[in-house]
Amino acid sequence: MVDTLFLGIAVLTIVSAIAALEMRSLIYGGIALMGTLGGIAGFFILLDSPFVALFQIAVYVGSIAVLILFTIMLVKRELIFQKKEDPKRRYAGIGLMLIIMISLGAVIFNSGLSSITTEEPSVDYREIGEDFLTYYWPALVVMALVLSSSITGAMILARRHDGVEDEQRTD
Amino acid sequence: MSNELIDFVIVSVALLAIGIYGLSVKRNFIRMLFAVEIIINAANLNLVAFARFLPHSGGQTFALFSIAIAAAEVAVGLALIIVAYRMYKNIDVANFRSLKG
Repeated sequence: MVDTLFLGIAVLTIVSAIAALEMRSLIYGGIALMGTLGGIAGFFILLDSPFVALFQIAVYVGSIAVLILFTIMLVKRELIFQKKEDPKRRYAGIGLMLIIMISLGAVIFNSGLSSITTEEPSVDYREIGEDFLTYYWPALVVMALVLSSSITGAMILARRHDGVEDEQRTD
Repeated sequence: MSNELIDFVIVSVALLAIGIYGLSVKRNFIRMLFAVEIIINAANLNLVAFARFLPHSGGQTFALFSIAIAAAEVAVGLALIIVAYRMYKNIDVANFRSLKG
């Protein structure tokens, strides 16, 4: 049976996910997205994985959400509140959402997943550290390279191309 | 532990469906990025839930990798939004026409 804490976090996560997509203002949408990400971190704590929860809070709620909010503030004010969508497409989207929810939910309910419970202790976070540094070390190196190259790529993409910097540099 | 695996999987399915709705209905670049974030978080929740109930450390390790790669993806996505906004003065994907055939 689910407990009240799980129910509260589930409601927070799903309601703020809907709010993030449906709020009129993009800024409030971004703040609602922070609620979703924080709710997921709460689920991680319920699943006895405090290390992943802290990582989620540090990376998602701490940096990605703030990055998104700053990008929204760089966009013109009218565009933040603009909400143009085709009603037909909207109803089709809601239908698609319900179909996915019901069909996947039915498959999951009828599968053997509902009988899985565990009494075993959870994974110690020391094991995760050992995994990272022994079995997964090539993946860790590749991840570091991907992160640094994507940050460099992002900066090169977002650079201004009006040539002002070049003129200043020659001076 | 009072919660079962299926509770977490159901929440994950709900988040996945909401994310797919947002990705198919919204035409605002930033909102589509929100939807992608929601889908990635649903996947991470699944990974950690299965890792708890097996129990095995691989799920948590993969979730950490996934979070780091998602950070890189968002950085590139936001840079693309800024470039597209500078080129088209708009963030509606229906206006981004230069890649259309």
